[in-house]
Amino acid sequence: MLLQHEVSSAHPLAGTAAAWMWLLPLLPLLGFVINGLLSLIPATVLGPGDPDMAHGADGAHGEAGHGAHVHAHDTADAHGAHGDDHHPVVRHRFAALTSFVGPAVLAASFGLAVAIFLAMRGLGEMHEPFVQSYFAWMPAGSLQLNAAFQLDQLSMIMILVITGVGTLIHIFSVGYMQDDPGYPRYFAYLNLFVAFMLVLVLGASYPVLFVGWEGVGLCSYLLIGFWFSDKANADAGKKAFIVNRIGDFGLLIAMFLLFANLGTLDFVAVNAGAAKLAFGGALVTTICLFMFLGCAGKSAQIPLYIWLPDAMAGPTPVSALIHAATMVTAGVYLIARSATLFSMAPVASLTVAVVGAVTAIFAATIGLKQWDIKKVLAYSTVSQLGYMFVAVGVGAYTAGVFHLVTHAFFKALLFLGSGSVIFAMHRAYHHTGNHDDAQDMRNMGGLRSFLPWTWFLMWIATLAISGIPPFAGFFSKDEILGSVFLRAHDSTLADAHWLGIPGSAVLYAIYALGLAAALLTAIYMTRMMLYTFHGPNRTGDEERKHLGEAPWSMTGPLVILGIASAIGGWLNLPHLFAFAGSEGVLDRWLEPVVGPSQLQVTLGRAPEAAGNTEVLLVGGAVAIAVIGILIAVFMLKPARLVPKAQSPEEHGFQRVLLDKYYVDEAYDRAVVEPTVGISRGVLWKGIDQGLIDGVLVNGSAKLARAVGGVGSWLQSGQVGTYAWVLVVGVLAVLGAFTIR
Amino acid sequence: MLAEALFFSAVLFTIGVIGVLTRRNAIIIFMCVELMLNAVNLTFVAFSRAYGPSGQIFVFFSMTVAAAEAAVGLAIIISLFRHKQTVNLQHINILKG
Amino acid sequence: MQNTPLFYTFNFYLFGIIAIVSAIVFVTRKSPVAAALWLVNTMFSLAAMYVMLDAPFIGVIQVLVYAGAIMVVFLFVIMLLNLGHPSEIADIRNQRWRLIAGFVGLAMLAEIFVLTRANSVPDLTLARDAAANSVIESGAVGTVATSLFTTYLLPFEITSVLLLAAIVGAVMIGKQRSANAR
Repeated sequence: MLLQHEVSSAHPLAGTAAAWMWLLPLLPLLGFVINGLLSLIPATVLGPGDPDMAHGADGAHGEAGHGAHVHAHDTADAHGAHGDDHHPVVRHRFAALTSFVGPAVLAASFGLAVAIFLAMRGLGEMHEPFVQSYFAWMPAGSLQLNAAFQLDQLSMIMILVITGVGTLIHIFSVGYMQDDPGYPRYFAYLNLFVAFMLVLVLGASYPVLFVGWEGVGLCSYLLIGFWFSDKANADAGKKAFIVNRIGDFGLLIAMFLLFANLGTLDFVAVNAGAAKLAFGGALVTTICLFMFLGCAGKSAQIPLYIWLPDAMAGPTPVSALIHAATMVTAGVYLIARSATLFSMAPVASLTVAVVGAVTAIFAATIGLKQWDIKKVLAYSTVSQLGYMFVAVGVGAYTAGVFHLVTHAFFKALLFLGSGSVIFAMHRAYHHTGNHDDAQDMRNMGGLRSFLPWTWFLMWIATLAISGIPPFAGFFSKDEILGSVFLRAHDSTLADAHWLGIPGSAVLYAIYALGLAAALLTAIYMTRMMLYTFHGPNRTGDEERKHLGEAPWSMTGPLVILGIASAIGGWLNLPHLFAFAGSEGVLDRWLEPVVGPSQLQVTLGRAPEAAGNTEVLLVGGAVAIAVIGILIAVFMLKPARLVPKAQSPEEHGFQRVLLDKYYVDEAYDRAVVEPTVGISRGVLWKGIDQGLIDGVLVNGSAKLARAVGGVGSWLQSGQVGTYAWVLVVGVLAVLGAFTIR
Repeated sequence: MLAEALFFSAVLFTIGVIGVLTRRNAIIIFMCVELMLNAVNLTFVAFSRAYGPSGQIFVFFSMTVAAAEAAVGLAIIISLFRHKQTVNLQHINILKG
Repeated sequence: MQNTPLFYTFNFYLFGIIAIVSAIVFVTRKSPVAAALWLVNTMFSLAAMYVMLDAPFIGVIQVLVYAGAIMVVFLFVIMLLNLGHPSEIADIRNQRWRLIAGFVGLAMLAEIFVLTRANSVPDLTLARDAAANSVIESGAVGTVATSLFTTYLLPFEITSVLLLAAIVGAVMIGKQRSANAR
């Protein structure tokens, strides 16, 4: 493909490493191609004497005499997601090549990203984004869409996070997925995901972003349902994709409205033309609300969050990468990208903030009672995403992106850590042939002595997420809550009205909800740590002998993420903690991109709290976090737990929390069943069978037959009759002439 | 005499038509058709009396064609008779569809 | 011999009535042979009428070709197929159909009359004109021959081809297919 570079040559970045930014998604795409081709080769060829043949319990594997290929390579031999050890594990023949290619392309991408970042930093100030247009994608009348990438400070941050955390997770996956027959397929999908995600953040216009948007949704589906031979996993993948689609509809409508009113879909042009729209008018509000619908789908906010907990059916590194660090943050990125529009629609922004806050606390309450370690983290992700939306909703776009970055660090660490734990549990169960749930916390306990590194690193992440200084989450969460508080007066949001309620009241309510959610976050995260790592071990005497730390290929990335979670918060130190020029690094970095929009929300003034207020706010947040941890430590007794198999049923409100407020069941009743019912009854039986088959196809055949029948009846073969008809016809014709 | 000739011609033609409609014997029907042709020939000759020889030329050709047609038609009837052993058109419905 | 107009008119009417009566009888005969012979009679009468209309050549041709050849062929076929006897099975449609046929015929007759009246030639009582003169000039045969071999030469030739085709066709259709069971 000949790429005709249409470089904005006047841009200072034109001659630097940034000119190679098209390589950033292309490298993972190359990895996808290589790994994809490898995945087409069967996992392995087993001989009759192979020990793995005799290992399986299924009759399907008792083909010792055949010596043929393992049937259907990686499909039937799926290593179950929940400790299902019915099938023997099989390492793929070309696993070694994949182990190199998969992470290598990511590392190369990361290296290039760092080079581009250094080039950008070397520039000092960069006010215009660097746009490279490659080819005219859709020239259609007045719509001129180019395949173009845009590099500015915001996308740079995202690229660094994606490639950096992505590389670590790829390296982790090498160890985690080593014995899976679908090893190359896994890395192919993972690489493809990163490629699409990079397209998403590099896109210079909404449609290119949408390509990446859809692509990551696709890869999410593929990876969630990675072990698709288990129907539950396939269903989870479907659910994710379908719910995502509903959100995509919103984004599409927003794009249509944008094009209809502004005539363009490029970010640069839209931001320039947005000033023409009426401030706070119905049009901007509608566009932003529809865009937020898309974000709600992609970033799992109410009402479209339901796919994220189910997405835990996929491999744990997938949960780390996609459902913690990158894909789910696409919604936050989109709003930050469209800051110009959102800052012009206070009602829409308030809606975003309210939904974010409600989601934050809603998910936190559910997380309090979950037993599956990954589900706890899933609901935690939903809750933290709520925080990010609160931030971008109140116009503190930098705070939202900051929390996005720190969340990527500690949530990836938490997920990978839990991956370590699950890996160890699986190993242990594998040795004894136990089929218990390897992810249920009731089967764990006291793992500190067996997995010391994991224990230590996950505590760092827990402290980070709870908001304990000086770890990462503290600074970002504090900045969010502080922004909400400060915008409760003297801002466009405070002056606006949300469903009749004055904006400032809404913002104070959001602040309160944020604090409450922070408390709950501290509680459930500490609960998770206590039940998993502290107290007596409930795994079982035999299994305990096989519990151990994961190899360094898996623990290494954990260490790096631990360091990042510890110091990552220093990216954007507030005034209180700043020292020698380190204040607000991220603020200043992102200022050319989102600065004007932020100022528009705060009515032109930089929101500064008086010294006392700031101390109160910060102190309050820390106090809440510490109280939460203490509550958990003193009220929860890990010693009282019993393994899952012997656990009693939950009752009452605890049951409601465990069952996620029955939201899924409500959706089933309200949406899914009617849709299926209509599809079956109306569309299938009525239209497809009745109308198309019955009336159109069979009916036309019957009509042809009937006409033929009439014709046949007329063809009596009697010449005399024909003569009669002839004469009568002549009479008629003559009659016509006579009468006329 | 033209009007009378036309009158006779019309009557003969109508008799031929009635014959075709009424009779079932193939050969009789054929002969009624010949009668109709003759009636038309009479019309032509009557007109040619005043307007020149074209009418007679046409009658000439008409008779020629009638002869050819009679030959072929009778051959068909013979062939039909060989198959169906009858020339009663009521029993000949091979073309029934 | 100069024949008076009365001669022509009287004979014309006479033979006209004979023709019509013969035709009616022809249509109502049960026996094909009888019907054929009555048709021959009709044709003879027509021939006479042609002569009265100053077309003596056509009249002779009528006798030679129609009555003499075509009707003879008919009779041949009737004899060949042994259809001479009045048929046992009803050869004529029943009463009802005959009445309807009668009405249809009368309707057609009426329509023809109305149409000829409405669009007809203004002068219906023309005296002996073109045909008579050309008979005097070129003779009976010459009347037809002159036009036939000059203006209408092409149709004449084509007609010969037509006759050839008819002959071949008749032979092919009428042939006995003994070997293959058709």
